[in-house]
Amino acid sequence: MSMALLFDGSLIALILAVATWTIAVRNSFAAVIGYATYGLLLALAWVRLAAVDAALTEAAIGGGLTSVLLIRAVVRLRPTESAARAETPGRVSRLLAAVLAGSVTAALALVVLTLPDPAPTLAPQVAEHIASTGLGNAVTAVLLSFRAIDTLLEAVVLVFALVAVWTLTPDDLWRGRPGPRYDLDENGMLAYLARLLPPLGIVVAVYVLWVGADLPGGKFQAGTLLAAMWLLAIMAGLTEAPPISRRWLRGALVLGTVAFLVIGFAGVPLAGAFLAYPEGYAKPLIIAIEAASMLSIALTLGLLVLGPPEQGP
Amino acid sequence: MNLLLDLWTVVAVSAGVFFFLAGTVGLLRFPDTLTRLHALTKADNLGLGLVVLGLLPRVGSPLAGLKLICVWLLVLLAGATASQLIARAVRRSGPPA
Repeated sequence: MSMALLFDGSLIALILAVATWTIAVRNSFAAVIGYATYGLLLALAWVRLAAVDAALTEAAIGGGLTSVLLIRAVVRLRPTESAARAETPGRVSRLLAAVLAGSVTAALALVVLTLPDPAPTLAPQVAEHIASTGLGNAVTAVLLSFRAIDTLLEAVVLVFALVAVWTLTPDDLWRGRPGPRYDLDENGMLAYLARLLPPLGIVVAVYVLWVGADLPGGKFQAGTLLAAMWLLAIMAGLTEAPPISRRWLRGALVLGTVAFLVIGFAGVPLAGAFLAYPEGYAKPLIIAIEAASMLSIALTLGLLVLGPPEQGP
Repeated sequence: MNLLLDLWTVVAVSAGVFFFLAGTVGLLRFPDTLTRLHALTKADNLGLGLVVLGLLPRVGSPLAGLKLICVWLLVLLAGATASQLIARAVRRSGPPA
């Protein structure tokens, strides 16, 4: 018991230290590396809280994908960084920022400290009704059955984010290929890894999706893995990113949302409510939605990292 | 038998932790990027391998043991690739100031 306490204590101290360092450090690249480390440590904290689903998502999205996005942003902002650092905000704006940040922290602390004990929970209801979904993983049951509408809107938001990135395309490159051009180094280490790893990564992604019904896992984690494998192949120069004007690409981007909507509306005549599943068919339908969403999420995340088009079609 | 397995775990994991410690000291103390990479990747690969070997008798099923070994092999691959890429970037751009 005391060993566990020691571990948790050191983990919390490390997380706080890395978080403070990430905010305090002046170099943006160092801050991004700090942020990635912070995400991985946070994933460990979720594991300690027995929330393995959240841990997988944090490691994949928070630690991995977001950090890659931020690294690209840092590289792009590098020419302007020294100019931005030379400017120091005035006394008033610093004071305002401190007051704002301080009051948000104070409000959060107040809310957490005044939570009723025991905290309000819907877990008993979930445990009671999970049998009706045929799923074994309560998190998947909540995400795709009890609160399916939230998950549906999340998928839509992701597509909007990609549309926002694409709006940054220069006019003459519209319809072009996203991201810079990567040259293939036939005998290079990266090309070797990009040939060796993707088969393994795809198998792991499908496994993570499949066990998501009964164990921690699901479409977001699997989609991130697929996106990583795709980006690896693109960055090694083994394949090119498709031009954003391709119809199959745009179709695949909304495939998950469309499948979700079709199955959701089919629930109106068949099960009596939007997003309700007919008796006995819940699990196969949920897995169908998850599989379609995994492909859309993988494409969307990959294209988000690649950024707006930088080459002609 | 159990005592032997416990002993094995303690010895192997401790040796693994020692290599991690040595690698970290190397990372902090060595003078340039290439030697720091050398210290880090060698020590981490060996350290994690020893930790995995030490944990193998503890796993509940052969599948879990296989997963542990896969994790080690994947880290070996990722570490070797990343260090090669960093080393190549250093050689191309010259040692950082």
